[in-house]
Amino acid sequence: MIDPLSVFLLLLAAATPILFAALGELVVERAGVLNLGVEGMMITGALAGFAAAYVTGSPFAGFLAAALAGAAIAMLFAALTQILLANQVASGLALTLFGLGLAALFGKPLEGIKAPAMMPGPLRINWIVWLGLVMVPLVWWFLNRSRTGLILRGVGENHDAAHALGYPVHAIRIAAIGFGGAMAGVGGAFISIATVLQWTEGMTAGAGWIALAIVVFSNWTAPGVLAGAWLFGGVTVLQLRLQAAGIRVPVQLLSMAPYLATIIVLVLISARQKYSRRAGRAAPGSLGQNFHALR
Amino acid sequence: MTAEAAVFRAEGVGKSYPGVRANDDVSFAVEAGQIHALLGENGAGKSTLVKMIYGLVKPDDGRMTLNGAHHHPADPRAARAAGVAMVFQHFSLFDALTVAENIALGMEYPPPRRELSARIRQVSQDFGLPLNPARRIVTLSAGERQRVEIIRCLLQDPRLLIMDEPTSVLTPQEAELLFATLRKLADRGTAILYISHKLEEIRTHCDRATILRGGKVVDSCDPRAHSARELAAMMVGGEMRPIDRSGRQAGKILLEVKSLSLPAPNAEGTALKSVSLSLRAGEILGIGGVAGNGQEELLAALSGEVRSAPGTILLEDRDLGATPPQARRRAGLLAAPEDRLGHAAVPDFSLTENTLLTAGPRKGLVRKGLIDRAAARAYAEQVIRDFDVRTPGPSTAARALSGGNLQKFVIGREVLQAPRVLVVNQPTWGVDAGAATAVRQSLLDLARGGAGVIVISQDLDELMELSDRFCALNEGRLSDPRPTAGLNLDEIGLMLGGAHGMEVAQI
Amino acid sequence: MIRLVPRDQTSAAWQIATPLLAVLATMIAGGLLFAIMGYDPLAAIRTIFWDPLFGPAAGYSRPQLLVKAAPLILIASGLAVGFRAGIWNIGAEGQYIIGGITGAAVALAAYPAEGMWIFPAMVLAGALGGWAWGMIPALLRNWFGASEILVSLMLVYVAQRVAAWMAFGPMKNPEGYGFPGSRNLQQYPAASNPELIAGTGAHWGVVAAAAAVLAIWFLMSRHIRGFHIRAAGLAPRAARFAGVRPETLVAFCLGLSGAFAGMAGLFEVAGPAGQITDKLGTGYGFTAIIVAFLGRLHPVGILLAGLLLALTYIGGELAQLTLQLPAATVQVFQGMLLFFLLGFDLLTRFRIARRIAA
Repeated sequence: MIDPLSVFLLLLAAATPILFAALGELVVERAGVLNLGVEGMMITGALAGFAAAYVTGSPFAGFLAAALAGAAIAMLFAALTQILLANQVASGLALTLFGLGLAALFGKPLEGIKAPAMMPGPLRINWIVWLGLVMVPLVWWFLNRSRTGLILRGVGENHDAAHALGYPVHAIRIAAIGFGGAMAGVGGAFISIATVLQWTEGMTAGAGWIALAIVVFSNWTAPGVLAGAWLFGGVTVLQLRLQAAGIRVPVQLLSMAPYLATIIVLVLISARQKYSRRAGRAAPGSLGQNFHALR
Repeated sequence: MTAEAAVFRAEGVGKSYPGVRANDDVSFAVEAGQIHALLGENGAGKSTLVKMIYGLVKPDDGRMTLNGAHHHPADPRAARAAGVAMVFQHFSLFDALTVAENIALGMEYPPPRRELSARIRQVSQDFGLPLNPARRIVTLSAGERQRVEIIRCLLQDPRLLIMDEPTSVLTPQEAELLFATLRKLADRGTAILYISHKLEEIRTHCDRATILRGGKVVDSCDPRAHSARELAAMMVGGEMRPIDRSGRQAGKILLEVKSLSLPAPNAEGTALKSVSLSLRAGEILGIGGVAGNGQEELLAALSGEVRSAPGTILLEDRDLGATPPQARRRAGLLAAPEDRLGHAAVPDFSLTENTLLTAGPRKGLVRKGLIDRAAARAYAEQVIRDFDVRTPGPSTAARALSGGNLQKFVIGREVLQAPRVLVVNQPTWGVDAGAATAVRQSLLDLARGGAGVIVISQDLDELMELSDRFCALNEGRLSDPRPTAGLNLDEIGLMLGGAHGMEVAQI
Repeated sequence: MIRLVPRDQTSAAWQIATPLLAVLATMIAGGLLFAIMGYDPLAAIRTIFWDPLFGPAAGYSRPQLLVKAAPLILIASGLAVGFRAGIWNIGAEGQYIIGGITGAAVALAAYPAEGMWIFPAMVLAGALGGWAWGMIPALLRNWFGASEILVSLMLVYVAQRVAAWMAFGPMKNPEGYGFPGSRNLQQYPAASNPELIAGTGAHWGVVAAAAAVLAIWFLMSRHIRGFHIRAAGLAPRAARFAGVRPETLVAFCLGLSGAFAGMAGLFEVAGPAGQITDKLGTGYGFTAIIVAFLGRLHPVGILLAGLLLALTYIGGELAQLTLQLPAATVQVFQGMLLFFLLGFDLLTRFRIARRIAA
């Protein structure tokens, strides 16, 4: 018999990396920037976090380092797209390829080392899981109730109008990209420090891309991101349980489940956005476009 | 005029861009309670000037004062803090946000949400411009969107209000209402800088006019004391050549549109509702309407970008309803959309390449899928020559051309294909007077040669000048046509749906 | 103060100069990285960029250049067409894997038959497999508006697992003593993709890559479909006005790049790799994205960029052997290259001007 509570706890843990990364990307996209480098930022965070946790012996120092490393590598993307006005899709891909390579390069000496143990938080749930859950209402409040959030949404919706009103489009976007990087970094570090408990090359295994899909699924809202992350946590846990139960389906096919589920959900939600008149356009108006003002 | 009475004053203001002197030694003053017109052609330097006042652009030389103090805002926020407010021609609104959120973004220190909503209701009542603060911008009409911009300005209690071509999106009745609001505001002591190239409304409503040409102030006058013709001469710098309407006869019916209905292409678009019309050889049919009432959608349906049901579009009895664009062109139905850069032409393509967008079938530029570059280049050269397109040559990128020259190229590209029917949308929008005259004359000449022409436009003067019959598009419905001769502005206003959405506004 | 002024026309000179600048900058930044890691930067750069062609072991590594460049160029040619149209197939790696599997499936089904038809049938099956895998994101985008970027990428992970499943299950070599992996096609003459001219590394994939470059050049510069593709990428509404159906373009571009990637996969499985394993995907599909950009989406550029990146692969392996440089160095190099290229790209679209003094 499967204990529903323990399954839910597993689901929470499985959802956390994607929740962090997707919440970060949500803010980035709401500012009108499409950063496809989430996977690269996550793996950077996974490595930096693991290394810092190992060196200091403190998992929390690890998460802090992961946030900083994620934000730092995101600044490469920010420089390319906001200062040098490079194509966002290509720059995001470059960030992912670069991040994966960099992490593989610097991660070699860390292979086979175990992560320091984490003290569980209230209800025996990891502190970082709690932090992720708290971030959902915080991000919601920031976007929908704060003045800065309103300006950020304005920049993402119509950067020309925001500029005409005197708001610093590039500065706001760079800040959002940095936040997205920090969140992706923490999400990645959760995989290495709290889930797998060691460093292996390419360990994020597409979580960054799934996070990108979840932002679409969420209709660009924070509660939607939570729902999406839990859905994928659920699929992942279910798939692992089925593997453990020794079901007569090849492991390789079972492990496709999260990716296939991402595609299915993406299709369903895109179809709703495309065909339902009431749903309308939910993506920010200036998403993916660069801004250049003549002076 | 004493210096103390002036709210805003510019002295010797100048601004250069690489290769262009946008403003040169501009001096003028706007007094409290005055509606001051800034009059000029496209490219005369009006928008650079107001961008400097609003802090979007920094002047190279000269000085500006506001209420006697130096005015050199670092950015729009500083300008707003100093008491300058501006309503943009292309609205600076955020479609997905609510009215209240949009207004909050335009204020430095917006009050809490509830208080702000209450104040929006209050001010909009005071000025007879009702608005629901919770509505999202996407759901508003052009007139309502402008109200949002105006109320956003009014909430800041501006000393100087800048209006950039505000009536271009309004019906005549809505424009009247706007002027009533502006007068009310002026009577409270606000200085208003009113930018336009519409001479009649300036003559009727403005107290003073400063005329810009080539970046310089060429005259300053009381517009009420001059005729529209005199103002036009000051603006253009010489008499305008009148266009030749002679020698046309209505022949047999060329194009018939029968009960054409199409759903809105997206949330911002307009559905076409049972549009019917017929067009004769040698005839110009004018279609008027306020922006966003289905003009783009009608053009897309006629060009073939959007296919409709069989039997809805007939060209000389051939059913083209479900036919794709290139086949329609082969049949003789051509079109030129409003947006020159990005719709009628690819900005980054050369003029030669841009001929290939539409002229392939009729000019033999493409054979069995293979591009004949030499033929395309020769055709581009022909268009450049025949339509006096000012450009270094056919390999110049479309975006390097001025608005007027690119428009001449786009219209020329279609006209020289000898269409049976040509449909154009906003053929002279944002184009200097010389190019506008050339474009209009070419449409008349085309009709004289026996083709049918449909001109969709928001410029009523243009429609009155060109068209034989006039009908109006309102929320995707097309009115019955009326002969243009003898039609007056009030009747047109009613046809355009002037009554629509106005009842509430006139309380 | 400096500022950016948009150019009226993209600069042809800079179009050629920026990739070269990017390579140079990558060498400098890479050298710095090596120095930080405690290696001799000059030796490392020489090992990666010079020794494979002219060093003491060049006799071995030179043929490898074509072996590695062929799949990169073949895949990148297809990708470049879609990128021009603003259709982002980033799942070529998946189409490559599936093409390898479907192509190999023909061979494994035919085994041990002999016949001239087998290899062509495999190529066709590989192309079809890649095409079909590419059509999934195309149709999902056309029917439901799902992002082809995310779907094609997700399908890479799915394809990798299909390959693993095949290697451990349905395609496992019955005579393989229980080891995972299919029969080795190099030992099955009718199905193998051998070196055509000894010592050059040229196999059928090289021929296909050359043909692809020519075909893409013809399509993009002479055919109206190529014109429409370019128009759609620069101004989608203008392309629609010209009569382009976006749905057709999406299917064409994803199908074409899928088929090319699928063929590349088959040539690899039948040639250098020899068999289906769970490590079938080696990253060519992702590196080809860099090749396409570095070659400025132009056929000739892609040819040169493919050779250059092939060089970094071989040089990287060499540096691993002689200098004990980690394998991931190449990946970092390639990522850096794309970064610098995208950064320098600014120069083709903008002029840098000194701000006019007030």
